[in-house]
Amino acid sequence: MKIGVFICHCGENIGRTVDCPRVAKACEWLPGVDVSLDYKYMCSDPGQNMIKDEIRKRKLDAIVVGSCSPHMHEKTFRKAAVDAGINPFLVEIANLREHCSWVHDDIDSSTDKAIDLVRMAVEKVKRNVPLTTIEVPVTKRTLVIGGGIAGIQAALDVANAGYEVVLVEKEPSIGGHMSQLSETFPTLDCSQCILTPRMVEVYQHPRIKLMTYSEVEKVEGFIGNFTVTIRKKARHIDEDKCTGCGLCITKCPTKKKAFNSFEEDLAYRPAVYVPFPQAVPNIPVIDETICMYYKNGKCGMCVKVCGREAIDFHQQDKIVTEEIGAIIVATGYKLYKIDKKPDDSPIKGYGEYGYGKYKDVVDGLQFERIASASGPTSGEFKRPSDGKEPKKVVFIQCVGSRDESKGFSYCSKICCMYTAKHAMLYKHKVHDGEAYVFYMDIRSGGKMYDEFVRRAIEEDGVKYIRGRVSRIYEKDGKYIVRGEDTIAGMPVEIDADMVVLATAMIAQQDASELAQTIGIPYDKYGFYNEAHPKLRPIESTTGGVFLAGACQSPKDIPESVAMASAAAAKALVLFGSDKLEREPVVAYVNESLCAGCFYCKKVCPYGAVEVKEVKDRNGVVYKEVAYVNTGLCQGCGTCTATCPSKSVELAGFNNEEIFAQIAAL
Amino acid sequence: MKEQNWEPKIIAFVCNWCTYTGADLAGTSRLKYPTNVKLIRVMCSGGIDPVFILKAFERGADGILVSGCHPNDCHYNAGNFHARRRWTFFHELLDYLGIDKNRLQFSWVSASEGKKFVDVVSKVVNDVKAMGPFKGYEELNNEFMTEFPDVSGVDESMILKEKEGEAV
Amino acid sequence: MKLGYFPGCSQTGTAKEYDISLRKVVEKLGASFDEIKDWTCCGATSAHVTNHLLANSLAMRNIMLAEQQGLDDLVAPCAACYNRLVLSQYETITHPEIKKEVEEVLETKLQKEIKVMNLIELFQKIGTEKITANRQVELKNMKVACYYGCLLVRPADITKFDDAEQPTSMENLVALTGAKPVDWNYKVECCGAAHTLARRDIVLDLSKKILDDAKEHGANVMVVACPMCHANLDMRQRAMKREYPDHKDFPVLYLTELLGLALGMNEKELGINLHTVEFNYKELPSEKAAV
Repeated sequence: MKIGVFICHCGENIGRTVDCPRVAKACEWLPGVDVSLDYKYMCSDPGQNMIKDEIRKRKLDAIVVGSCSPHMHEKTFRKAAVDAGINPFLVEIANLREHCSWVHDDIDSSTDKAIDLVRMAVEKVKRNVPLTTIEVPVTKRTLVIGGGIAGIQAALDVANAGYEVVLVEKEPSIGGHMSQLSETFPTLDCSQCILTPRMVEVYQHPRIKLMTYSEVEKVEGFIGNFTVTIRKKARHIDEDKCTGCGLCITKCPTKKKAFNSFEEDLAYRPAVYVPFPQAVPNIPVIDETICMYYKNGKCGMCVKVCGREAIDFHQQDKIVTEEIGAIIVATGYKLYKIDKKPDDSPIKGYGEYGYGKYKDVVDGLQFERIASASGPTSGEFKRPSDGKEPKKVVFIQCVGSRDESKGFSYCSKICCMYTAKHAMLYKHKVHDGEAYVFYMDIRSGGKMYDEFVRRAIEEDGVKYIRGRVSRIYEKDGKYIVRGEDTIAGMPVEIDADMVVLATAMIAQQDASELAQTIGIPYDKYGFYNEAHPKLRPIESTTGGVFLAGACQSPKDIPESVAMASAAAAKALVLFGSDKLEREPVVAYVNESLCAGCFYCKKVCPYGAVEVKEVKDRNGVVYKEVAYVNTGLCQGCGTCTATCPSKSVELAGFNNEEIFAQIAAL
Repeated sequence: MKEQNWEPKIIAFVCNWCTYTGADLAGTSRLKYPTNVKLIRVMCSGGIDPVFILKAFERGADGILVSGCHPNDCHYNAGNFHARRRWTFFHELLDYLGIDKNRLQFSWVSASEGKKFVDVVSKVVNDVKAMGPFKGYEELNNEFMTEFPDVSGVDESMILKEKEGEAV
Repeated sequence: MKLGYFPGCSQTGTAKEYDISLRKVVEKLGASFDEIKDWTCCGATSAHVTNHLLANSLAMRNIMLAEQQGLDDLVAPCAACYNRLVLSQYETITHPEIKKEVEEVLETKLQKEIKVMNLIELFQKIGTEKITANRQVELKNMKVACYYGCLLVRPADITKFDDAEQPTSMENLVALTGAKPVDWNYKVECCGAAHTLARRDIVLDLSKKILDDAKEHGANVMVVACPMCHANLDMRQRAMKREYPDHKDFPVLYLTELLGLALGMNEKELGINLHTVEFNYKELPSEKAAV
């Protein structure tokens, strides 16, 4: 093997403390070195040309460049090597600047060290194997999980750019939490009015395949090449036949057996239902758990009234697989229900607020439904217990958020704003009503946000009390709210007609399971982790999986929409080329050595190690070995250190190469 | 004589993303540390095999530093957790191999901690200096060492002579 | 079933009837007490506000005695005793340095982790089915407000016993006697506790609110599991009458007395006649009459 060594002076930067000519001369003597030269600026055009000329003239097989850090100019020298006809991975950099000349003073000892560093690089490059950049094809289809405002926005952006989208929603309709809201801050425009056109656009878009009442079951593959298995739950209604006339819903005799979850349990729904009138798609679902037909095989009223014969009681769940290139996760949030806590939950809940015990102690989303013109009270403020108009409403902020002892330590971010909105909406409709807000701090960062809160206080006369509430109890039909006014420094008692708790936004119940299905990390609260908190807030650490909306952390609508568009842009960047190129620094397995213990599989953070069957000539499996999926492997090498038989190695950093460096010490 | 001028040989196994970059930062900040340390770059501290350490001791290293990203900051999410677990265990076994535990040191140095890198390196060098040369594996060492001639000390005139001879 | 018993100071004085009824009920249910010998103060009130080490050492001394007597559990019927014992035990378990100090004071090593039980846990341990099996009178005329007070359920992380804000364990026991527990608001509010001596006005105000709320929610008797609560709620009713002339007597029983009545004992046996506010089950309006 013929190796060329090129020592750069980097002007004075290396030359001042390292005697570069002496290094070059000394390296001539190293076994395998054919030529060793030094030059003022190796990265300059003449310097690169010198390298290219020497490679061509002397038919060098590999080169070592003694220069600055590989993080600076490795690419430059690799390109020069490729131009001259040698493999880019037969180039090694000895870091003579950052790791030698700049950190040492003494010329003699730093020159000695420089020679050692070059020698180590020479020994490594001798063992380097030519590698080729890995190219993987890209399937230009996007999967969007979650059909809330973030998922809708991401789907529309990708589809409008000309690529196909599969939008999967767990509920029977898209729209998410935004469709439940009455008005939105800070403009107080109607939530449904701005959302429903988008929902319809999704439904009618030729490039969006909408799958509602469906869940992602399995995600296999890697960036650009995912195979996703989706379970389409049985609606018991043929989607192709149903026209959405709603006759089955009005005729269903099972009227009040189940709470309407869209109305946050403030209303009932029949066994066959659409979540809300503007649902997209406007196709009902039959709830097996309460439908009479599933109980005793009788009834069948819906079958009788359906002119299209769309009812199918025997419909089964369908499993669909889709080929996908990029995944956008937009699964959103859930509101912390303070009374319903699983026994093993570390969350203590707020027994003292009586939520779940008193009907008129409601959470934020319930209040949205009460305030909504399409809600159970048609937008009139009536309290759930007796339907009377509440004349005194107490709003309590930070219920579950910023409270480590009873809930979560994080700030739920949107509650200050939506509480101000709630109080305003109430005051706008009940002019003689009184609204009190108990708060810890007002956090209203955002365009026109603080002005909005000031408006609630100054124009609408909402009374803000800084302090916490210790107990709520019922007395003579009133709810006595006992708290502390920390500014006045005294206890307060308010006899309210209704109490609204601004409970924390928390991760979806099954957020961690979905994260494990997709293979993305999540934090201790179940929110999905971004790749970098500042510079890569949209990407997950798994290639090709992007995050949008409140599944990553509590967010309001504009933020969710912005993040969704950013995620769409990230997916489009991926689709910008037909093939994905990446550094070939990946692990590979020596199958003849591998004993199939699969320790590597256990430690791999990317799930890149798979089980591969080895067959003899008769096609009989005689052993199982590890196999590294180069699309998933990111090249950390944890498997190589774990492997007991050293049969898995990292290309570019294999054991032989590192031992050679050690031996050259 | 040789004993008096003895300088320890230190090898540092560092991860590409944090400590190697941290060492680069030490350079760009022009911080100074002893020349004894030579870095071997791997992609992740999780990929550093204990055998590398033993091989290095066998090949005459007097001290070794292993360093990667801070826990939770790993470029690969979990590599340094595996490393941490592995080293906690391996460190205890060093005594058994006849190596003073202090000759192998671990640290977390992030890409922004040039100063910390210098401190860590200086500490290792000082500790190893105080311990003196590592002789445990000397015999093994001599057996193999002939393979790579030590050229740093070659008389320059001799090189020139050789060159001239070649030219003639 | 033999259980360690730490009576505490109240049981020998103001709350003698609590001690009497507890022993009788436990005996009736087939269990027996092994009173720890030479027990001392639990470290409540003055000790734990003045000297942390003293308070812990006093509490742990009693636990140490139980350990030396070969006991596995220790019943502390007084809520304050229970609270002090559990807290000190928690501190010595979680803080080795506190444990070391306490051991130095006691000149012994603490080895066993003795289960300290409050009154409700005691009956849960004996077995609620035994109460049903031995029940002789169905107390169906009683509508009971169960009062937990502050110390029985708090701090919730350490006592790990019941929900600190909406506890239900005492109601469950009361329901076994045939009495009807009522849902009310003040079951974990403060009764004024030790202010009873220095600031009687506070105690009267707080305790009256508790009694009034129980009445408003339809209770005709209140049940407590703490001698301090009983002292404030029962004994202070005379003063309450002077302060608030419209105040009507409201009987306050210990949980053990209620159980004793259900197990067929009479008021005198149980020491109910020692209360300030008189109570006689037979004088309660019968359920039918009320309807």
